[in-house]
Amino acid sequence: MTPVRHRFSPLQRLLHWLMAICVIAMFFIGVGMVSTVMPGYLPLIAIHKTLGIAILVLVLLRLAVRVHSGAPSLPADLPAPMKLAAHLSHYALYGLMIVMPLLGWAMLSAAEYPVVLYGKKFLPAILPQSAAVHTLLWNAHYYLAFAFFALVLLHFAAALLHALVRRDGVFETIAPLPLRDDAAPASAAPADA
Amino acid sequence: MPLFPQPFSRSTLGSFVLIAGVVGGVAAAFAYTAGWLSPQRLTPGKLVEALAPPGGPALGRRRNHAKGICFTGVFEANGNGAALSNAYVFTKGQYPALGRFNLATPNPDAADSTVRIRGMGLRIATPDGQEWRTAMIDSPVFPASTPQAFHALLLASASKDPNAMKEFVAANPGFANFKAWADSAPWTTSFAQDRFNSLDAFIFVDDFGVRRAGRWSLLPAAAPVATTDADLAKLGPDFLEKEIAERVRGAPQRWTMAVTIANSGDPTNDPSRAWPEDRRTVDVGTLIVRQTEAEPDGPCRDVNFDPTVLPSGIAISDDPFPAARSSAYRVSYDLRTAEAKDYPYTVTHTVAGATP
Repeated sequence: MTPVRHRFSPLQRLLHWLMAICVIAMFFIGVGMVSTVMPGYLPLIAIHKTLGIAILVLVLLRLAVRVHSGAPSLPADLPAPMKLAAHLSHYALYGLMIVMPLLGWAMLSAAEYPVVLYGKKFLPAILPQSAAVHTLLWNAHYYLAFAFFALVLLHFAAALLHALVRRDGVFETIAPLPLRDDAAPASAAPADA
Repeated sequence: MPLFPQPFSRSTLGSFVLIAGVVGGVAAAFAYTAGWLSPQRLTPGKLVEALAPPGGPALGRRRNHAKGICFTGVFEANGNGAALSNAYVFTKGQYPALGRFNLATPNPDAADSTVRIRGMGLRIATPDGQEWRTAMIDSPVFPASTPQAFHALLLASASKDPNAMKEFVAANPGFANFKAWADSAPWTTSFAQDRFNSLDAFIFVDDFGVRRAGRWSLLPAAAPVATTDADLAKLGPDFLEKEIAERVRGAPQRWTMAVTIANSGDPTNDPSRAWPEDRRTVDVGTLIVRQTEAEPDGPCRDVNFDPTVLPSGIAISDDPFPAARSSAYRVSYDLRTAEAKDYPYTVTHTVAGATP
């Protein structure tokens, strides 16, 4: 079996924080672009597409790394409901990171818009034009985006709770620093040290 | 260890306040970005809403330019445009074109003689997989110089306040150019006699990376037959679509595409201001309309003639309208596709241009 680890690997932590920036940027770009008629609309929508595909690629890479490197276990004394919430929310986060870009890509395809990756690079349509399918995908992309944002806020609040209130080492497993994985488990140290 | 350290200390309380503050701050920034805290922001939704007639929009239809008839044909590039832009569409050759003659009205049943502005949506596809979509109108200038002014115009013209239009005109002197055209230009009896103009300026990029601002027009081969709205009314409410279907059945109809290049200093950011007549103009090819297509269930129905879908070699300029139009056209497309059940899918009567 894999030895007990106290941190995610440096690559996992790098991917986590890189994707955190991308995903949060996507929420703001998405909600900003659909509420403006200003010239910024066009670069925002272009970035939204490029970044969406980047996230899709990154999350697939991240899942592969996760399967390869595994994850530190949660503290043994974490109450069961909180453990369950942690596991479920992580499944949902991974799922949404995969599904949202695919919904966006499919939605553009169903509306017969060219899917511009960047500049002259286009992606193929993954669905034929269809008003009904476009509407279904549009609604899914729209409502899941708000659910996704709420989930990220919850994730963020939980991370702060672990870091500031419980001080149980969970935040340290993903903290960007230190890079090396040789620190003592934070949960072993007295909480009020 | 319990969920939270016991006893519940002051610093724990402080941490909770901090967490609530940080998470709340992010949520507030999100709400601000979404415009929920700025009710005065002009959103694409508001622009589309302002287009609706008093009884509400025609469900399932385009929110503006709702009345129209679709066509197919080709764009025949003569190669001259390659001097302006390295877009494939300017390479000598024939490229499939799909388009739609339309009337600038949110009412799909409006009588032809009641709509002053006519338009053409056009999509040209090239073998490199790129597309050029454009939506043009027949007025020589746009009635407003900014999207905000256009929104104000829509509100003023729909307003019951008798002074609303006067106040708009006073605040937007540029409207006079459009008004002069609308009041005095003759009407025509055929879409084939109309000139369609991009009005917005776009940037043409050539092989050397040189960028030139240009506007384009489709100049009709058919000589205009001047008429008045009163005389047009006598021909019937749907005369134009019947006429163009019949005319195209008889012979393909042609328009020359002419690109006019701005001199430095010409207003590229304001489609309500025309450029001087003497500007360099390049005829880049001919649009040949070969067949009209029934509007219901026709090939145009599912196409958004978004003017920002451009091939590489043509780009947006500092004109604020293409972005605003793109955002509003998208809302219109999202709404009408969601209302597909209200669209008259089944053709129950013989539509002009359809073979019985």
